[in-house]
Amino acid sequence: MATSSFPWLSRGLAVLRKDLRIEFRTRYAYSALLMFAVTTLVTVSFSVGGFMSGPEMTDIAAALLWIILFFSAMAGLSRTFVQEEESGTVIALKMAAEPEPVYIGKYLFNVVLLFSLTVLVVPLFVVMLNLSVKLVGGFLATVFLGAMGLAGASTILAAIVAKAGAKGSLMTVLAFPILLPLLLGAISATRTALGGGPPGAINTDLLMLFFYNGVALAASLLLFEYVWNE
Amino acid sequence: MTWQIILGIWMSGVVIASFVYMPATQGLGEMGRIIVYHVPAAWIAVLAYLMAMINSIHYLRKREIRYDRQAQINAELGTVFCILATFTGAIWSRGAWGAYWNWDPRQTSIAVLLMIYAAYFVLRSAISDSDMRARLSAVYAILAFLTVPFLVFIVPRVYYTLHPDLELVNLAERTFEMDRQMLVVFLASVFGVSGLYLWLYNIQKRLENLYYKKATKRGF
Repeated sequence: MATSSFPWLSRGLAVLRKDLRIEFRTRYAYSALLMFAVTTLVTVSFSVGGFMSGPEMTDIAAALLWIILFFSAMAGLSRTFVQEEESGTVIALKMAAEPEPVYIGKYLFNVVLLFSLTVLVVPLFVVMLNLSVKLVGGFLATVFLGAMGLAGASTILAAIVAKAGAKGSLMTVLAFPILLPLLLGAISATRTALGGGPPGAINTDLLMLFFYNGVALAASLLLFEYVWNE
Repeated sequence: MTWQIILGIWMSGVVIASFVYMPATQGLGEMGRIIVYHVPAAWIAVLAYLMAMINSIHYLRKREIRYDRQAQINAELGTVFCILATFTGAIWSRGAWGAYWNWDPRQTSIAVLLMIYAAYFVLRSAISDSDMRARLSAVYAILAFLTVPFLVFIVPRVYYTLHPDLELVNLAERTFEMDRQMLVVFLASVFGVSGLYLWLYNIQKRLENLYYKKATKRGF
């Protein structure tokens, strides 16, 4: 799988494999993500799940899904860089690869982390809130693109926060405004996917999510070396 | 000194003209006069944020600390004008739609813009080492500005909003859409607010340079 004609990709995948192996030993970040998501889901479903239905429910459910995913991402995604700082392996990583493959590896790790979260949380979400999904393809595409976007913007911000000392809720404060366009698009698309709408109504939002992903990835690749190297 | 006095007289003239000389707008009525205050503030806010991004790019390329000072000043001034734009927008919203705030896409996007730059200042305050602070906040300022065109120009055109579009120039027919008298006052206001921005920027820059010189002399 590792090709030497794309050195950034092969080195990035090596960083990904390293992070996955370390994560698998303790599963700390994944547990943090999962516990937060499930707790929030259970709390809201308990209070609201049985008592609302119809269009109000789809509006609230759409917002809720992305609140859960966003705050889970804030809880768990900064681990990649903070753990490097804590275990003192930053210098070793700097010597081993250029900044861009490191970013690609960390980004893919966050994507994998967030995908494994959504695979568990989204079906649970649909079941616990008694939702019927009108546009299944659109819903899956929204969750897929939205989760990638969350990972994309969060990774470089996690690097900034790790360098700045990982104080308190710095990650949430920095990430929220940058991620808000993504959240607005994702919530709007989820609302259309859950409640149904005219054909093609979801396409604008999906396009916006897609381009947000592209812009976030491109900007992060360009800027990461300034965060990573002194 | 003279140009500041001229600027003061100019802006006073603009304020008076916006009530006396400018006609009430069609459709928006007397509330439309706020266009003279609201739109230039919003434009200058975006300009200031753009300058902050340019200063950040310069800093990352040349690593001269003065660019970091300039970026910070521009972010501060941008935030000040953004608050003015939000405030005048809320006043207009009360007059035209009945509520100060109703999460119209335009209002949401200006609130997000303010949050982004508040986060910029939080980041700056969290780092004590000045080189690292300059570097990381430069990266964040660049990331932050990437969302500005999206929030200010794309969101209002994609999502349905009650915010009126500015009909200034009709490019197809090469005419000015806006009434002559209104156009004059509006352009004078843009000119005056830009002058205000440049004046504030000048003062802040000199002040920050003096602080920096004093701090380095003490051996900080």
